[in-house]
Amino acid sequence: MTLRDLHTRLTALFPLGELTEQRPNLGFVTVPADYLRPTLLHLRDREGFTHLVLLTAVDWLEDGQFQLTYLLSNRAIPCDIGLRVMLPREGASMESIHELWPTAATYQRELREMFGIAFPGSPRVEEEFILEGWIDLPPYRRDFDTKKFSEENFNHRPGRETTDPAAHMKKQLYPGGL
Amino acid sequence: MKEELLKRWVKGPDGVEFEVEPLRDYYCEAPPTVMPAAYIKIVEDMFNWARAESIWILGFGTGCGAIEMRPLMTPRFDAYRYGVQWRPTPRQANLFIISGYLSTKTLKRAIRSYEQMQNPKYVIGLGSCTINGGMYWDSYNTIKRLDDYLPVDLYIAGCMPRPEALLAGFQDMKKLIRAGKGEGANKYAENFDWYKANQKKVIHDWDMPDYNW
Repeated sequence: MTLRDLHTRLTALFPLGELTEQRPNLGFVTVPADYLRPTLLHLRDREGFTHLVLLTAVDWLEDGQFQLTYLLSNRAIPCDIGLRVMLPREGASMESIHELWPTAATYQRELREMFGIAFPGSPRVEEEFILEGWIDLPPYRRDFDTKKFSEENFNHRPGRETTDPAAHMKKQLYPGGL
Repeated sequence: MKEELLKRWVKGPDGVEFEVEPLRDYYCEAPPTVMPAAYIKIVEDMFNWARAESIWILGFGTGCGAIEMRPLMTPRFDAYRYGVQWRPTPRQANLFIISGYLSTKTLKRAIRSYEQMQNPKYVIGLGSCTINGGMYWDSYNTIKRLDDYLPVDLYIAGCMPRPEALLAGFQDMKKLIRAGKGEGANKYAENFDWYKANQKKVIHDWDMPDYNW
């Protein structure tokens, strides 16, 4: 079974996007948010993709979208396929898949804390995951300015110098100029 | 604040109801006090000699520097031959090594552990992260100056310092203690309000007593 065959079989059932082949055994495909659950179920129960490797997010700030990537693995072939879901950035919310893979609950909890994506119904999703007493924007959002936050919240010790590595090495290696 | 820390009524196994207030019941509320030197200098010098020769370190690794302690406590570098050893609890230790970057979440645990240690106690900041933030100088969850939050006696610079640097640091620490300059705990007691204000500025979910020991 090649990824092409799998993609042909899937597109007959679900309105999927184009296949991006990263490697012969790793491909990515875009799925509309409404069709994610049936696609995941089909892949898990009919195609042998029983392992949820990871669930992660990308912040496309300029496009106003979050991209969720559900990476599934079929250990028998072996073959990996990533399902991409694009969400509007404003009030981002996604259906929870913790009934399909219990481990997804942990990923969803992390995404809620670090990106502020809501997963209604996911177990313990409202609890703090890594951060304690966080007061600002979710820190993995690209409009969160980590340097500014650090300067405002943590005291700075004066006397720290920063040099541009290229300019510094040029001065070190060629003191008389090139 | 966590539910188990709130004041509440509890029914005991004998059916008697009683009030529990964990933050007041489980901890002593008294703030730390300055410990005066011995009545005569020669006795204080003898105490300081004994303190310098029995550095017991709290086995609490906060950052990547904790990795450097493993070769140090095992036969390769063998710090035990200098009278330095690692202890499992704060009550048995008198030296706290902050080994690298300190996130605000770990800072809370570090403060608790430091306050539970018994006097006299010392703090060593290991690596550039404890001095000025190091490579985490623009991070959203690590502090940049350790001496704002805990009284630091000695810094060991580097990223990361090798175990040899730590051994040299222990020798310097011994010299400081013998000279009577290891006064971190007294400094902490004297400037207690300043330290607490700094600590509460970065720890937003403060859910422990002001001094816990």
